[in-house]
Amino acid sequence: MSAPQHAEITDAVLGRNSRDSTRLLQILRQILEAIGHLPKTVLVQIARELKLPYGRVAGVAGFYHFLGLEAHGHYRVLWSDNIIEQMQGSVELCEEMCRRLWIEPGRVSEDGLVSVGYTSCIGMGDQGPALLVNGRTVTAMTRERVATMVDLIRAKAPVASWPREWFAVTDNIRRRGILLDHGLDAGAALKAAMARGPAAMLAEIVAAKLRGRGGAGFSTGQKWQACRDAAGEAHYVVCNADEGEPGTFKDRVLLTGYADLVFEGMSIAGYCVGAARGLLYLRGEYQYLHEHLEATLAARRSAGLLGKNIGGSGFDFDIEIHLGAGAYVCGEESALIESLEGKRGTPRIRPPFPVTHGYLGHPTTVNNVETLACACLIAIRGGAWYAAIGTEKSAGTKLMSISGDCARPGIYEYPFGVTVAQVLADCGASDTQAVQVSGPSGICVAADEFGRRLAFEDLPSAGAFMVFDDGRDMFEVARNFAHFFAEESCGFCTPCRVGTSLVKNLMDKLNARHGSPHDINELFKLQRLMQSAAHCGLGHTACNPVVDTLNKFRPAYERRLHSMEYEPAFDLDYALSQARQMTGRDDAGAHLENAS
Amino acid sequence: MSFLLDGEEVPFIPGQTIMEAARAAGKYIPHLCWDHEFAPHGSCKLCTVKVDGRFGAACTVAAHEGMNVDNRSAELDDKRRTLLQMLFVEGNHFCPSCEKSGDCKLQATAYELKMMSPHFDHFFPDRPVDASHPELLLDFNRCILCELCVRASRDTDGKNVFALSGRGIKTHLIVNSPSGRLADTDMAATDRAASVCPVGVILRKRRGFKVAIGNRTYDKAPISEQPQ
Ligand SMILES: Cc1cc2nc3c(=O)[nH]c(=O)nc-3n(C[C@H](O)[C@H](O)[C@H](O)COP(=O)(O)O)c2cc1C
Ligand code: SF4
Ligand code: SF4
Ligand code: FES
Repeated sequence: MSAPQHAEITDAVLGRNSRDSTRLLQILRQILEAIGHLPKTVLVQIARELKLPYGRVAGVAGFYHFLGLEAHGHYRVLWSDNIIEQMQGSVELCEEMCRRLWIEPGRVSEDGLVSVGYTSCIGMGDQGPALLVNGRTVTAMTRERVATMVDLIRAKAPVASWPREWFAVTDNIRRRGILLDHGLDAGAALKAAMARGPAAMLAEIVAAKLRGRGGAGFSTGQKWQACRDAAGEAHYVVCNADEGEPGTFKDRVLLTGYADLVFEGMSIAGYCVGAARGLLYLRGEYQYLHEHLEATLAARRSAGLLGKNIGGSGFDFDIEIHLGAGAYVCGEESALIESLEGKRGTPRIRPPFPVTHGYLGHPTTVNNVETLACACLIAIRGGAWYAAIGTEKSAGTKLMSISGDCARPGIYEYPFGVTVAQVLADCGASDTQAVQVSGPSGICVAADEFGRRLAFEDLPSAGAFMVFDDGRDMFEVARNFAHFFAEESCGFCTPCRVGTSLVKNLMDKLNARHGSPHDINELFKLQRLMQSAAHCGLGHTACNPVVDTLNKFRPAYERRLHSMEYEPAFDLDYALSQARQMTGRDDAGAHLENAS
Repeated sequence: MSFLLDGEEVPFIPGQTIMEAARAAGKYIPHLCWDHEFAPHGSCKLCTVKVDGRFGAACTVAAHEGMNVDNRSAELDDKRRTLLQMLFVEGNHFCPSCEKSGDCKLQATAYELKMMSPHFDHFFPDRPVDASHPELLLDFNRCILCELCVRASRDTDGKNVFALSGRGIKTHLIVNSPSGRLADTDMAATDRAASVCPVGVILRKRRGFKVAIGNRTYDKAPISEQPQ
């Protein structure tokens, strides 16, 4: 493609986005999709047209994993590096693909045809190994699929012509409760809410004791009330569909089969807080759902469920979808708002909180996909009914995304309070060694704790439930998570930016059998620092998996120690590794023969 | 209105942060990304204090009546030393050959906190030097990503010469030109951004070692005893 063609495409994309600088991320995404990479000339054109400094445009492009200024190859393959998929052989499959294509992972082939690399969990833990090819999701990879895919890439066959069944994503719903069996027609819940009136509807949310399903478990009633009470000329509802926590895929299933319920929950939230606009932030990995979601929105508009004067009540509300571009931190609500404003996804200083100073500085309620869907049930059946389900402090039901060593991975809906043991029995897990509840930033639960309950008062969860049987090495699990956090740290604050890399390096050092008990103390020290001094939840929890497994699965670490008793004072080969790095040498002569 | 900072009463005006109140009272809370001229940023975390038992960044947490703030406790200074070591190893700092030596806040804070060694393995990032500008030199090796230059150029100079790009440990400072060269921006040596850098990234050319080592800012008195 020539430079004038790039300019023409860019101009069209800018026009479609009304040359609105808050849409910078959307603009960059759309241009990338059309051109395949982001040439500097295009960034200059965008900066000029949006009246932004060039550095601002380049800074945003450089932040998101799926963007970037470098060329990606005509085909860009990104394997999900979720630990569950690694256990299912994703690394071997990726290496096989690279071998067949004669390329190195992470590098673009010399002819610019293809690059193959990794990306953080893409939300397909129940049907992996999965990958993204030019942003489109392919599930259930096998050696046969790798071989055929390599042939198709070599033949330069357009992705749209590849076998359709490769792109199939299944819901795998295994257990339904009040939410997944809601039986509501589109519009019924909104109608019920409007019959109650905004204040009374909000009172039902409070009475329902609904708590946020995105992880923190904040009272939804309190959040909506604070947003409603906040002064501001406009109020906003944001649906957090970033679902970046590895091992979580329940929002994907809600957005696939229950999109009406999610949008209706947003409308009810808007009705309660006095908002006229809702924004749904869809993680870039779920781009394949975009068209379906837009179609659902269009149907709701023509049914009079979105738009002006809904149901003749004077309530105006519409919803816009924004796509992310590969950044786990953008699930954090203030980083998400920055991203919605077209900026780098860096968490803000809080307070002020989004309920008073959110999107474009206006009062904003940010809620998880599942939380909003739950609001529909409350609109229909009332708060008292809802509060009676679950436990004292955790009303209602929770969707669990189950993956790993079990016979039936998929989505399970349970009333809060179910035990880990019960869930394991239901999903057909045996010889289970550990369960990672709520993903890497959650809690690692060992076998003697399987009587614990999934509820805010015991094991809070954003929905991930990763099962590891006793053949698994829990050190490798923790090491994978340490790599995840180092990859996804936004880089804003010192403790997390540097700390996540130090933890990753220490885990790699232990893995290479170069570690000593001293390094284990270092891990604890870094955990204490990051937990107390980091700027956001990512840094606070980034060491949890390491410390949890150190406390509960110490032998997995000790097996790797050089020696438990003595601390190797000086490992010459390890010291040389720094010299090798500085001089760019890694040949045999730069290594010690007897390195252990 | 007042609160306790390490057991001593510090008065404050509502709306002030702990850092602002401490500064007005002549008390030192270690900091690197904060400067009273600019909006607080809260990224270096050197100013981490304990407010009624909870950790927070003094430059962003508002002062409240009667609160009890720990500042120079052994626990907090220990955390700060680790943060300093992190900043040293993620960049390339060779103090003896740096012309900012003696005027550098990172170095002065390391002395103040008695940081004896970098402790961690160096990352040795590859960060080139930009000598394109006729009057200014950029040595990115020493950048601690405090964004003071970003704020100064944007908020004081009205220019946006600096910005961050990349993410995580690959976060890095960029300048506002497609070529990546400072000479191709509208940066002037008289800009506020030209003199704001707490370390030795943004330097005036041909000024090297004008003030002899030994007579520099932090040679005379430790950073904790100098007005900020
Ligand atoms: C690093 C990080 C990532 C997060 N990712 C998500 C996410 O993907 N989805 C989500 O709903 N909440 C996520 N959260 C929590 C949000 O900040 C916020 O609490 C939530 O969206 C509020 O909605 P709720 O009250 O309905 O749970 C994340 C938080 C952090 C610190
Ligand atoms: S804790 Fe990590 S993700 Fe959060 S602001 Fe700091 S660097 Fe960014
Ligand atoms: S150049 Fe200096 S002022 Fe700018 S971010 Fe780096 S250290 Fe801070
Ligand atoms: S001075 Fe407060 S975080 Fe840097």
